[in-house]
Amino acid sequence: MTAVTDPFRLRDPARAEKLARTLRRLAPGRAVKLVHVCGTHEAAIAEHGLRSLLPEGVEVYEGPGCPVCVTSTADINVAVKLALEKDVVLCTFGDMLRVPGSELTLEEARAQGADVRVVLSAADAVRIARENPRKEVVFFAVGFETTAPATAAVLLGSPPHNFSVLCSHKLIPPALEALLRENTAVEGFLAPGHVSVIIGADAYRELARKHRIPVVVGGFEPLDVLYAVALLLKQLRDGRAEVENAYPRAVRPEGNPKAKELMGRAFEVVDAVWRGIGTIPASGLGIREELSRFDARRRFGVEAGVGMEEPPGCRCPEVIMAKAVPTDCPLFGTACTPLSPVGPCMVGAEGACAIWYKYGERPRL
Amino acid sequence: MPSGTSTGSVPGSKGRSMRKPLSEEKITALHGAGGELMNRLVAELRELFPLRAAGEVGLDDLDDGASLSLPQGEVVVTTDSHVVKPLSFPGGDIGKLAASGTVNDLAVMGARPVAMTLGLIIEEGFPISELKKFLSSLAEVLREVGAALVTGDTKVMGKGEMDGLVMNTTGIGVAERIIRDSGLRPGDKIIITGPVGDHGMAVLAAREGIPVEGEIKSDVSPIWPLVERALSIGGVTAMKDPTRGGLAAALNEMARKSGVGITVREEEIPVRPEVRGLAELLGISPLNLACEGRAVIGVSPDRAEAVISALREHPLGRDARIIGEAIPEHRGKVVLETRVGGRRYLEMPLGDPVPRIC
Repeated sequence: MTAVTDPFRLRDPARAEKLARTLRRLAPGRAVKLVHVCGTHEAAIAEHGLRSLLPEGVEVYEGPGCPVCVTSTADINVAVKLALEKDVVLCTFGDMLRVPGSELTLEEARAQGADVRVVLSAADAVRIARENPRKEVVFFAVGFETTAPATAAVLLGSPPHNFSVLCSHKLIPPALEALLRENTAVEGFLAPGHVSVIIGADAYRELARKHRIPVVVGGFEPLDVLYAVALLLKQLRDGRAEVENAYPRAVRPEGNPKAKELMGRAFEVVDAVWRGIGTIPASGLGIREELSRFDARRRFGVEAGVGMEEPPGCRCPEVIMAKAVPTDCPLFGTACTPLSPVGPCMVGAEGACAIWYKYGERPRL
Repeated sequence: MPSGTSTGSVPGSKGRSMRKPLSEEKITALHGAGGELMNRLVAELRELFPLRAAGEVGLDDLDDGASLSLPQGEVVVTTDSHVVKPLSFPGGDIGKLAASGTVNDLAVMGARPVAMTLGLIIEEGFPISELKKFLSSLAEVLREVGAALVTGDTKVMGKGEMDGLVMNTTGIGVAERIIRDSGLRPGDKIIITGPVGDHGMAVLAAREGIPVEGEIKSDVSPIWPLVERALSIGGVTAMKDPTRGGLAAALNEMARKSGVGITVREEEIPVRPEVRGLAELLGISPLNLACEGRAVIGVSPDRAEAVISALREHPLGRDARIIGEAIPEHRGKVVLETRVGGRRYLEMPLGDPVPRIC
């Protein structure tokens, strides 16, 4: 980001009222389903009660926007196996510890004696590897294009021999495309600001053209979100299907070339399994052959089956596919809470269910 | 503090020179052992308290307990343990906090504070000068509200067995009319007596060493003088002090217990800019941060403006505001109208974002 903006300026009640009036003028007079794919967007919408400012019939869903929530049970099973059976120090982001695998969470594996540590970045995991030269240290890498460049930088930066990566990075544009195939009701995308800082607004052009769907890149302050939604409704009204950048203070058309170059050198695009969706072609990142010595899957030869996905009653798959909102699930807030989550969407801080619970979000209030 | 039942909890305690002036000494196991050393400590500390009795038997009697002669009314009793970390923070310390917290629990039930007891649990090696400082702050609060320290207890624990100093207090007050946190009726106005989140953020910033532009001071203070003004106007239906879990927890509890809904307007809720800025940076809601010198007051609509005027005459109530009202819909829930005009429920926080704040 080039300029620091006072965030409270983007919460100005008078400007918000103006935007709300614009939105009411753009009311489509029919049901319109929009999807964003970002926990930060969901948090902004919920924290500021923005759904109540949208015109009648306009609904916004989170979709597959929580990296923790879409990490496949198979990948979690591999991580659990590595931690329990291969005597490694398994490092990952805090939210990953409580996501249910087929049998165990990483937190439960830790309770059984596994060495599972919470890190804030890939570089933290490398530091742990340098401090423990006699231990194998595995970084369980999850996240979209936002966190993948940091993992790439670590892989390309000659990490110590006892360090490896269990790579579960995923890509946003293929997920949007898969969502459109599965859920034909979706009429517009509010594209994620953070991911777009890396991949650029142009990365959605192909999607918009091929599927004739409006895409607007949006920021995270309430006025950013309302403005982006207004642009989407305008496109729908005018029958346009374009990529527009409503977050130009952070996002450039071409994105961040340096970060993209790092990702390209460290990773190759592979098919990936998304929890709640299934296999999406060319939607994940695998470690390149030249760096395969740092690939934990190859180093330890561990694979694991998918097994059961969600427990009975849990509607996470529909929440991830933008077919249900959290309060549609009978378990929401009763059997499933952040203190005892049933599905992944209640675990990850970016999961729709966790966010709706925290901010008391309802479809209409 | 005195009480013939005190016993040291540390075996094998070592004696120390008794000729050193108290101010230079550190607490040893013997200070909690009920003997001469403890008596000497207690004798010096009690001088800090101007009011030491509220009945026939008081602090100076060093008897097994105190007796109280109470005025007419309903007697209110409250108890609290204080474990704040760090012990001193901008705007206050554990002594001011212990006394204010106790007095405020009485005040929001409509009770004039009359007496307090004090149990001290002190870590071996704790500087006596520090202890005196904290007790002076505590005494100052009691003096302000005219309450007596009537009895107490001192225990010492071994080095490393605890963290410095813990205070336990019991407050006794008398109310003409008890005010509950469950008394809201639809239509009642909701008043907050000042900016929210100062205490939680001040303690957090001090503990974590977060550099703050312009100091964030705790709001810790006794609110009885303020509450007394509100009660004198009349029309008060419910009160609560928004401590752990902050305003969000207090409002939710009041809504649930009263069987009403509450709407509040974010724009009207006073939050200092420094607190708002730092909370934003840390990803914490100021509405979930504790206050230690504020009250949430429900008032019947015809008296609300008069209560606000009365509150604003007191320095602690200068920023008092009507932030919303009780409604018949959304029973047991709090609806927040956000700054940008959106609506959502303000949920009961899962826990306080900052541990060990009071």
